[in-house]
Amino acid sequence: MMNWTTVCKLQDIVPGTGVCALVGDNQVAIFRPNSSEQVYAIDNIDPFFQASVLSRGLIVEHQGKLWVASPLKKQRFGLSDGVCMENIDHSVRSYPARVHQGQVEVAY
Amino acid sequence: MKKRQLVIVGNGMVGHRYVEELVDKGGLTQYEVTIFCAEPRVAYDRVHLSSYFSHHTAEDLSLVKQGYYEKHGIKVLINEAVKAIDPVTRTVQSNQGRTLTYDALVLATGSYPWVPNITGSGHHDCYVYRTIEDLDAIQRAAKTAKSGAVIGGGLLGLEAAGALKALGLQTHVIEFAPMLMAEQLDRAGGELLRRRIEAMGVTVHTSKNTREILHHKGKQGAHRLEFADGTSLEVDVIVFSTGVRPQDTLARYCGLPVAERGGIAIDDHCLTNAPDVYAIGECAAWQGRFFGLVAPGYKMAQIAVAHLLGEADAAFTGADMSAKLKLLGVSVGSIGDAHGRTAGSHSYVYLDDANGVYKKIVVDADNSRLLGAVLVGDTEDYGNLLQMKLNAMPLPAHPDSLILPAYAGAKPALGVDALPDTAQICSCFDVSKGRIAEAVAKGCHTVAAIKAETKAGTGCGGCVPLLTQVLHAELAKQGVEVNNHLCEHFAHSRQELFHLIRVGGLKTFSEVLQKHGQGYGCEVCKPAIGSILASCWGDFVLQDEHLPLQDTNDIFLGNMQKDGTYSVIPRMPGGEVTPTALAALAKVAADYKLYTKVTGAQRIGLFGARKDDLPTIWARLIDAGFETGHAYAKALRMVKTCVGSTWCRYGVQDSVGLGVELEHRYKGIRSPHKMKFGVSGCTRECAEAQGKDVGIIATDKGWNLYVCGNGGMKPRHADLLAADLDKDTLVRLIDRFLMFYLRTADKLQRTASWLDNMEGGLDYLKSVVVEDKLSLAAELEAQMADIRATYVCEWTATVQDSAKQTRFAHFINSPKTDPLVQFVPERSQHRPATIDERVPQCCGCKEHV
Repeated sequence: MMNWTTVCKLQDIVPGTGVCALVGDNQVAIFRPNSSEQVYAIDNIDPFFQASVLSRGLIVEHQGKLWVASPLKKQRFGLSDGVCMENIDHSVRSYPARVHQGQVEVAY
Repeated sequence: MKKRQLVIVGNGMVGHRYVEELVDKGGLTQYEVTIFCAEPRVAYDRVHLSSYFSHHTAEDLSLVKQGYYEKHGIKVLINEAVKAIDPVTRTVQSNQGRTLTYDALVLATGSYPWVPNITGSGHHDCYVYRTIEDLDAIQRAAKTAKSGAVIGGGLLGLEAAGALKALGLQTHVIEFAPMLMAEQLDRAGGELLRRRIEAMGVTVHTSKNTREILHHKGKQGAHRLEFADGTSLEVDVIVFSTGVRPQDTLARYCGLPVAERGGIAIDDHCLTNAPDVYAIGECAAWQGRFFGLVAPGYKMAQIAVAHLLGEADAAFTGADMSAKLKLLGVSVGSIGDAHGRTAGSHSYVYLDDANGVYKKIVVDADNSRLLGAVLVGDTEDYGNLLQMKLNAMPLPAHPDSLILPAYAGAKPALGVDALPDTAQICSCFDVSKGRIAEAVAKGCHTVAAIKAETKAGTGCGGCVPLLTQVLHAELAKQGVEVNNHLCEHFAHSRQELFHLIRVGGLKTFSEVLQKHGQGYGCEVCKPAIGSILASCWGDFVLQDEHLPLQDTNDIFLGNMQKDGTYSVIPRMPGGEVTPTALAALAKVAADYKLYTKVTGAQRIGLFGARKDDLPTIWARLIDAGFETGHAYAKALRMVKTCVGSTWCRYGVQDSVGLGVELEHRYKGIRSPHKMKFGVSGCTRECAEAQGKDVGIIATDKGWNLYVCGNGGMKPRHADLLAADLDKDTLVRLIDRFLMFYLRTADKLQRTASWLDNMEGGLDYLKSVVVEDKLSLAAELEAQMADIRATYVCEWTATVQDSAKQTRFAHFINSPKTDPLVQFVPERSQHRPATIDERVPQCCGCKEHV
């Protein structure tokens, strides 16, 4: 059974951008790539700098997948799986995320 | 395993290159290295010694990066010379009484200036030109002297003459031969060089044999040179530059064989006849001759290292003695058989007396190969000609087309496909065509990438045109299309997209993507198109539809720092700030505990601002009269100014006034990359305007406009676009220049590389901006006016709109702040805590600030 936590309203996230949410003790980056209800959640902490910044990165597309480019040194992390394109050892955790009745929810 | 002992005697240019080569090839895993350096400082650039007098310091000339030897565990014994070698016991003894055992020994003792045996040449006012100490001595002597003579009109002699002239002395050059630089130039080239040098006020005396130097105070100087033809000359300072001789004393003393004309005899591996003792550089003689240039010495260093590390067949096979240099401001180049001594050879000559340019090429009997060249006054063709000679490339049908000026038509391309893989492309770093092809195959698809991978083209730069041709040929072979597409989502260059967006009236990224691109977009195209949209239409960059395009710096209007906090840098136009504003800034910094520093751009930066504090910080700054400084944006950062004529006793124009006006005129305009301006109030150039994208220097008659300068990673001296302008014309030209740059530059291309890559270069830029050859000026000026009218201070707009402030909270679902932002004290302020210094499990309370 998934443990869904409500984070914010979908309309709180400008399409094409991300936000950071506190989920339990975790800083989670939540992305809304376009105006649809598709949302993704991964750890907010850039593993290269240990800084809480990934939600502030640009959402980008490469190899047919969506990624976020870290605002610090531009390493890319897969939105659906947290995999780091440049160095798989620096991948981050991903979380199930969905929109339910206009609310963004994350499971952890 | 115990490491073997490697002792290097001498730390000049070649001795140091040997060490670099050894480090690069991983030799330090086998050898422990000790260097004896008889001079009081480690290796420095003797080739550019003269620049010590114009603007360089001993540190600038140093070839050794700070901490390089320490980092690699290499011991350098400064001020310590080796006085004896015992090849039997394999020991060396120093003048400090130290004895070291070696497994391998490298002699790199260089050469010494040879002074002919002339009566009076031993006097203390007679100098040589070899070390920084020599230069210091000449400089001291020049302080009380009026005139000086250099004996020797060769390459080094003219360098020395340039130095005397720079020191303000009435300068004479005395040459035994009937012409200057007889080694490298032919008669006509030497004659032209003489004329150009004399035009600068240096007196040249050729066919003069100095017989004696008398030391008694005469009317014109303290010493009298007596010549064999009965004439004489009085001067205060005398510098001998009559050639160098190999410094082989140590070898002679220890019984190592030396060549007849000097130099420690070496074989093809740079080995002397003592086991495991190498000699390299100017102290060595290969096949009986020594090489008084640095490039052959570098080659020997490379061979000797390869041989030491087990490459048994590494062999020195002689060296090319071509050279290019600037003497007294005149460019001179000499390649191969400059005198046309090869049997059956003939030559082509180009002479432009009015501009002081002489070029000659020597070709073989059947017009198929280049043998040599002489270039005086214009050495632009040097790189290509050298490559043709070194690689024995086939000559074009009309070889004279190689040295004709550009307006005579395009120069024939060199047939790089005909070159073998072994052909040397870069002679500074000995990079072959094969090595470049390898780099291309590995994915280096730009000149910059190849430079980084192979070092090719990073020395004198003369091979870059050839390197580019090899790159294109290799890419074509691999079927890679050479393009300047923005990225995988847009098959257009930035310039094309600018045009498409403007003409098509496209206002959003999604429209542009739909019409001209594919996919979703990426970190390259999103900010680039965001910037074009801003440059075209001037819409507020933080409208919701533009938000996803902006880098975080543009979204939160500050530069993100390594810990996720931001910098706060308000505009201080021209570097001006009132005491009241400064006090308000100080209060904000103190209240929010911000680290405070004067930046490199004549303004004050506050660092460590939490994202959630930014709106209130800026609200207070705006109340105090500040506005955003765009320190985060690809836009005009600032206009650096000197104090100018209002206060400075040297200033001839009001540089601050103009700087403030220009900063307000162009602030906020988004450009392909950041831009910096500078305005200096006189030619002393205190604002360093010639290192800026747009630099303005006051003259008695108005303003000189310089463009496309750069500091930073790759400094570039700005070029003069137009001189003695009145203010209205100046501003109009800047309008056109900027708009032309905005429209045609590549993504993230500074003005410097924009111009470097512009076909036609500065002349073309002048023709568009100054002479309006494309009839574009009115349009460019109008566009600039439109875009200037849309300016808003982004921070003022943000603090006035509460909806825009919600995104500054760290968490969308909690008022807590980011627990990873923590500081530790440093020098009375603070800095971000390192990961180890952070307090763990901090919950986001503000106590840990």
